[in-house]
Amino acid sequence: MSGRLAFSGAAIAFALLAAGCGGGSEDAEPAVTASAPAQPDHTGDGSLGTVEVPAGEAVQIRSLNAISADVAALGIPNQRGVELAIADYGAIRGFDVDMGTGLDDLCSADGGQAAAQTIVADDQVIGVIGTSCSGAAVAASPLISAAGMVMISPSNTSPSLTSDLAGTPGESYHPGYYRTSQNDLIQGEAVARFVYEDLGLTTAATIHDGDPYTQGLAQSFSDSYQSLGGQIVGFAGINKEDTDMVPVLTEFAAGAPQALFFPIFQPAGDFIADQAPEVPGLENTVLVAGAALLVDSFMQLPQSEGLYITGPDLRYGANTNQSTGKDAEAFLTAYEATYGSPPEGAYWAHSYDAATLLLDAIKAASWINDDGALVIDRAGVRQHLDGVTGYQGITGTLTCDDFGDCSAARLTVIRHDDKDDLDASKSNIVFQYP
Amino acid sequence: MTLGIRRRGASRSRTRIDWFLTGLRVVALGVIVIGLAAFIAQQVNSDNPFARWANPDATGLTGAQIQGLVVAGLSQGAMYGLIALGYSMVYGVLGFINFAHGEVFMVGAMTGMIASNKLADAGAWESNFIGSLVLIVLLATIASTATAVVMERVAYRPLRGSPFLVALITSIGVSFFIQNVSVVLLGPGAKAYPGLPEWLTAKYTPLDIQGTRILVIAVAALSMALLWFMVERTRMGRSMRAVAEDKEIAALMGINVDRTIVTTFAVGGAMAGVAGILWGLLFRSVVHTTGFLPGIKAFSAAVVGGIGNMGGAMAGGLTLGTAEAVGPLMILEPLGVSGVSQLRDAVAFAVLILVLLIRPSGLFGERLSAQDRA
Repeated sequence: MSGRLAFSGAAIAFALLAAGCGGGSEDAEPAVTASAPAQPDHTGDGSLGTVEVPAGEAVQIRSLNAISADVAALGIPNQRGVELAIADYGAIRGFDVDMGTGLDDLCSADGGQAAAQTIVADDQVIGVIGTSCSGAAVAASPLISAAGMVMISPSNTSPSLTSDLAGTPGESYHPGYYRTSQNDLIQGEAVARFVYEDLGLTTAATIHDGDPYTQGLAQSFSDSYQSLGGQIVGFAGINKEDTDMVPVLTEFAAGAPQALFFPIFQPAGDFIADQAPEVPGLENTVLVAGAALLVDSFMQLPQSEGLYITGPDLRYGANTNQSTGKDAEAFLTAYEATYGSPPEGAYWAHSYDAATLLLDAIKAASWINDDGALVIDRAGVRQHLDGVTGYQGITGTLTCDDFGDCSAARLTVIRHDDKDDLDASKSNIVFQYP
Repeated sequence: MTLGIRRRGASRSRTRIDWFLTGLRVVALGVIVIGLAAFIAQQVNSDNPFARWANPDATGLTGAQIQGLVVAGLSQGAMYGLIALGYSMVYGVLGFINFAHGEVFMVGAMTGMIASNKLADAGAWESNFIGSLVLIVLLATIASTATAVVMERVAYRPLRGSPFLVALITSIGVSFFIQNVSVVLLGPGAKAYPGLPEWLTAKYTPLDIQGTRILVIAVAALSMALLWFMVERTRMGRSMRAVAEDKEIAALMGINVDRTIVTTFAVGGAMAGVAGILWGLLFRSVVHTTGFLPGIKAFSAAVVGGIGNMGGAMAGGLTLGTAEAVGPLMILEPLGVSGVSQLRDAVAFAVLILVLLIRPSGLFGERLSAQDRA
């Protein structure tokens, strides 16, 4: 306080001096008022610096999702979820929010790293909604974290990005990372319980494609299944580009598994579903697909009929996003009106909630300074997100733990009976956890 | 004097390299022989000491499983072979590798996907499957042929006579161009073929092989026979061989070299189009990157068989396809290697390296034009 008085005194002295030099006292007066304490309540201690958005410009956030190649069905609805959330949320303290051009994580570490470098090069950016793929997040998260920004992923699920849910941070956890999707440990546990307890099958095999996402999921399924008392008779990897799955399926067939859990992507997942019944020894094996295959382009394939598919609980009912007042139905109406077709992937609601969480955090950590600019405290954005408790989103009630897991985690398994009526299949829930 | 020393040094290092290569050959063949022996030992009786020494956890495969692997390998290999023909023929005539040929194959598969889905919507796919199949093969062949011909006219003909690398790099550019055009026109996701009739996906005695795989192998064999007839028995085929032998002399003999080259591209494209449909029937899913890896594998197959040699391309395809299907489980797994299914591509390219080590000109020998030999 004494410092401020001294400053005011100096300013007055300077003003008098300036006036003495002949005029200009009008210019000097604002300097005096600027010194008055003008920061309203906001979160953050300024330790990560602040971003000043001049009046008339927009608050910068980014979308970083898998929007090209075979995984675009996952990432495009994510990016559009962000676009719609920004439109619904409106301005923050009178400042528009700009997502820029949607960036592509290419669903790979290389893609995530390249895009993250582009993002951190712009010091106006506050946060990122993304990535779509865990593999990309492993490379993007350290860069975003080091720049003091935040990233909220709508669909990363690898435990390595947050924690093992028992207090140990994952090897790729970095502060400033959050997600609204479930940790794979929940999906692995859910599928293991479904296969072992619900279906009563005691031997199982699982497959991954070398990606941290699929590998983590296969591993967590395998661990949970064994701890329940089941026996894992096959655990193998393939390459994402493989088309002929007969060799790997034959490898499994040697162990005669009763169930096969394949948490992989299209198109490799298409080939597993198609070729498994053909391999001697797997004719009666129950196939369970992971959440990456809970997409329309997979479910429209003839070979996907009769499969179990696991994924986030998509029954959002009347859940309303507390920041925008929109529910799933209103979102989907707006989505179809804007983009011409309904979303293909499963994580649009997670993306919408992620975006409103970020916008809320920016609001909480910002104030208008005397130049009329919006000042955002980067540490405040993180502080707000760390403290999210009982936030009502479309996906349910979100609460962030110490390592960024904010999901309203509930997982379901559906039985996909009719490729021509996907809505019926999606609501044909045979198991839910917890 | 320095020259002499250098020469002596060079010749000594050459000997070392020779020793090294011989060693590599012995090791590679040794791995295959021991792997196969361990596999057979484990099949016979997994308790014998040799089988246990190689891999105590091996469980062996049933006869049906081994057969399934071989048939899967042959059907994939037949497609590699059909694509490899395009690489090989163009190389034979022009002496350059058209890396965009994998994309010609992808165009065929995409065309088949669009046409078959339209037919399925109209109900013709179910009511008249054979007719529909013939139609989509025709359409895919036309689309692939057109792609190959336009590619030659627009990208390669203006570069004829320029250094080898210029055309090679252009072909890589053409490859990216076609992939991206596909994304723009059809979007990026995986696209499915409609379901196949049950009589085709059923298994047939006596060998218990799925109908689709029989069809794939049969159509590939038929296409190969037609191509052989065309090259060996028709006038056009004779001009192709003449141009491959020596372009200038062929031109002096009154052969239209440009037209012959276009025909070579067209025939290679047609084969790739057929392969595209077979791919669609077998895997029923196609994306814009579908042509990339099969293209690389088919190129390897062409080299394995002996580039420029048509019979070699087909044999190389079958060899490579079978090796990558069978190798992981019947050679590496018995030796206790873990994660063998991820080594599939490694096995395919190891076969390429092995063949080049032992027979540098490929299994059936390279056929080079006079200019290349000179």
